[in-house]
Amino acid sequence: MTNNSKQVIDRIDKIATGVYTNLIQAEIPRLELPTRTKANIKFDDNLSVWKYGSNTTERSAKTLDGAYMMLRTMYMVDFIKDMIKANKSSTLREMYYISEGWDLAKFHSQPESDSLAEDLEVITHCMREDFKLRPEEDGARVIGNLTISEVTRNKTKKIIHCQDDVGDSGYSIPYNVDPEKIAIKKADADFILAIETGGMFDRLVENGFDTSNRSILVHLKGQPARSTRRFIKRLHEELKLPVLVFTDCDPWSYRIFGSVAYGAIKTAHISEYLATPGALYLGVTPSDIENYKLPTDVLTKEDISALKSELSDPRFQDPFWKQEIKLQLSIKKKSEQQALAKYGLDYVTDTYLPEKLAMMGITKK
Amino acid sequence: MAQAIAHILAEKQKEISVAEFFERNKHILGFGNPTRALVTSVKEGVDNALDACEEADILPEIVVEIKNHEDNECKITIEDNGPGIVKNQIKHIFGRLLYGSRFHAIRQSRGQQGIGISAVVLYGQLTTGKHATISSKIQDDRPANLMELAIDTNKNRAEVIRSAIDHWDKPSGTRIEVSIVADYKRGRRFVYEYLQSISIVNPHAQIIFREPDGTEHVFERTTDALPRKSIEIKPHPYGVELGTLIKMAKNSKSRKLTSFLKSEFSSMGDRTTIAVCEKAGIDKNLNPKEMTRDQFQVLHRAFKKVKIMAPSTECLSPIGETLIKRSLKHETQEISPEFIITASRPASVYTGNPFQVEVGIVYGGNLPKDTSVKLLRFANRVPLLYQQGDCISTQAIASIDWRRYGLDQPSGKGTPSGPAIFMTHVSSTQIPFTSESKEAIADIPEIENEIKLAFRECARKVQSHIHKKVRRQKTREKFELITKILPEIAKKSAHMLGKPIPSLDAVITKIMDVIWIEDLIEYEKRDILPIQTTLFSEGEEQKTPSPWVTKSTLLVVNYKNRPQKFILYALIPEDAKITSIRPEPKKITSRYIKWQLENIQPAKKIDVYFELLGLDKGDFDENDLYVENINPNYVIGADKWEGE
Repeated sequence: MTNNSKQVIDRIDKIATGVYTNLIQAEIPRLELPTRTKANIKFDDNLSVWKYGSNTTERSAKTLDGAYMMLRTMYMVDFIKDMIKANKSSTLREMYYISEGWDLAKFHSQPESDSLAEDLEVITHCMREDFKLRPEEDGARVIGNLTISEVTRNKTKKIIHCQDDVGDSGYSIPYNVDPEKIAIKKADADFILAIETGGMFDRLVENGFDTSNRSILVHLKGQPARSTRRFIKRLHEELKLPVLVFTDCDPWSYRIFGSVAYGAIKTAHISEYLATPGALYLGVTPSDIENYKLPTDVLTKEDISALKSELSDPRFQDPFWKQEIKLQLSIKKKSEQQALAKYGLDYVTDTYLPEKLAMMGITKK
Repeated sequence: MAQAIAHILAEKQKEISVAEFFERNKHILGFGNPTRALVTSVKEGVDNALDACEEADILPEIVVEIKNHEDNECKITIEDNGPGIVKNQIKHIFGRLLYGSRFHAIRQSRGQQGIGISAVVLYGQLTTGKHATISSKIQDDRPANLMELAIDTNKNRAEVIRSAIDHWDKPSGTRIEVSIVADYKRGRRFVYEYLQSISIVNPHAQIIFREPDGTEHVFERTTDALPRKSIEIKPHPYGVELGTLIKMAKNSKSRKLTSFLKSEFSSMGDRTTIAVCEKAGIDKNLNPKEMTRDQFQVLHRAFKKVKIMAPSTECLSPIGETLIKRSLKHETQEISPEFIITASRPASVYTGNPFQVEVGIVYGGNLPKDTSVKLLRFANRVPLLYQQGDCISTQAIASIDWRRYGLDQPSGKGTPSGPAIFMTHVSSTQIPFTSESKEAIADIPEIENEIKLAFRECARKVQSHIHKKVRRQKTREKFELITKILPEIAKKSAHMLGKPIPSLDAVITKIMDVIWIEDLIEYEKRDILPIQTTLFSEGEEQKTPSPWVTKSTLLVVNYKNRPQKFILYALIPEDAKITSIRPEPKKITSRYIKWQLENIQPAKKIDVYFELLGLDKGDFDENDLYVENINPNYVIGADKWEGE
């Protein structure tokens, strides 16, 4: 057992000790953890990311729901402890299915068990990976003049060039992107472009944007997985390249940007590990809808309330976002990245992106 | 000189016979169309049969048989086991309108005017041309008399077409067979509903209904106790009309006004009589026969100005809460309702007429959830089937806001919707109907108010029932927590740390933090010697004691972290007798048992037990518990004692 594993077990046992001590002292067992909501995230000046604030939530066995939650917690930490000791790992989904056998402690749905795993990270200050838990999601894709080396399952190092050694679907980011697994060797590019949709990623690949504009293209696949965010952060820090985020023009896409640049609310306890504070939002912006006269859809009721919620989200309080969100609320329209095809398949690579990049000072006109 | 026109007109002026009047106005009496006629005929026959049996202290067994040989003609036969009718009265009772024994009596009865059954005979004769056949037997050792009757509508007299002797096995009874034009297909449902309803308010009667196709429905008797016999009372001054007052004075044997008032009216004692005379400014020694109309008028006005005690309510015969609950339960078995709640108001008075309101609510089960609640209306144990919208009971229900009692009611007015049946029973010496067909109770503020009060009381019980259910549900969850989840948490944490499993008692009391009272009711059949029930004070009715013992166990657990003591009350039905109580109660009344519970230690429980006799299985199916000298919020399963 490595030193690190021993530390993780110590922290897990602390949870059990807390509950046990409560019972011995005739107290109702309880657990305390930071409140994981929008209202409790604060900007950390040292790390330049958003982290949980000082508000805490108490989980008490006084209510039936609370007691069930505590029992599930006990089962999960016991399961994790066993995995660490046996040097095994499981996916979050596998753990959910294993919990089916936990009788009273079983979960009703996987999001519940995923969320409890995050709670445990928060309580113990460990990472999911320390618990030997893997995410389900397959890695997002990368194409660009970038060379990395990956330790494969055969324990051999494989050097991969993310243009020459891969097909058109690019290099797949594995769930573990820590330095012992992946090393970033070298790159020859001016910037990193993170793209929300697969359709747009493929369009840029087909149009050879990575070559023509000296860029590393990363597919976010909607709300990006932890490993994608961590990979982008490493590229940014190790290659000193600017990161630009290119998404649809709707409130849900702004949240994707938020999780890349500021840290997600759900994972604010590890924001410094996942977020890329310097990332910039390229578009599509509500102003673009007007400037480029893009085809649009009308905002739904859910869109409007999501936009309003973003207005009160501490992460979106800078003048750029305030202005753009207010503009969108007033025009009541949204648009997609691929709406740019209105002007032809090459418009995005020949006109839109170069114009935006120049405007943002990334490239010269 | 020509004859004066008045003389010519006078030749055409003659008395209109009551029968002729009926012939032209049959809709007024409920014979307006072939469907109504069928229901009305059955109703009049059954009402008569029930009244006859009760007057003779006989538990009614009534058979209603309908044959439908021709499309629009029904032969209705109604047979009872009543006292029978002497031979020479048969033709008057069944063949003469406005003939009867109850018209002049002031007490509660079903029929009053003596129109009912003879109207059926007349209707049959008018529509089919066939005569009614009556059989009656009055004594066990004598044969029955059979008579075929026709009504002479000019003279309002019956003609005996045929008279014969018949052989019957039963000791006594009456049977009427009458053919009428009626729509059986449409009327069938109403006849069934009527008989079902009448069986609800007459739990002592057994009614058998045979349909034309041979189907037989039995509405069984749910009690062997006859209703309290209503006692005839004298008119009350508040309710008497001026004309009646004058007529009574002329017929009186009294020579002095004071003795006339005291002997001919109810609630008139010496002091009240003198107060009335003084108020009227009339000499109390006047001879009532010699008084002038003006004198009667001032006297009549003086009645209203003096406070006169309400009339005795002994003339009323309410059904009683236990019996209403039992019959509602019996008749709604297939619905399997969630609960049945009843409320009974004390007797009250409108313009000198005593009346009493009883109501019941059947809730839940298979009742439809999105239609209006079903209203069952009764007056003097007779179902009211038509003109629901015109009835004061409907208006009283509509004026209550039912929304906070779990029923739908747009804008908080009108008949509510939801899975419920609302029953209203008004008993009175004189039910104020809106019309002669006697289908709706008129708009009398006193009656409306009593109905409202009764339903409000029911509604409160419904609310407390629902409230209790919610609180118990919450506490049940806590039970799950302390009995299943918490031990698992303890086990798992101990296992992870390799330590012994800790004791949980102290934590459990902290989590529960209540006093939990749970009741369990069981029934046991035993051989029981006849007992005195309190349902019938006269003690003259038959008593076949129920063989069922209702066994009630109250489990009281202290889930608080300090010892507890408090007073516990359990309500009991007035008609039940208590046996075997433990622990020793502090007090027993006809309405409740009171215990002083001392020193219940944390996490400890005590059993409180009592048995009830004189009730049928299921009559008492839930305890109504109250606590005192403790914060009622600490207690689950009992409410705050608000005093008697």
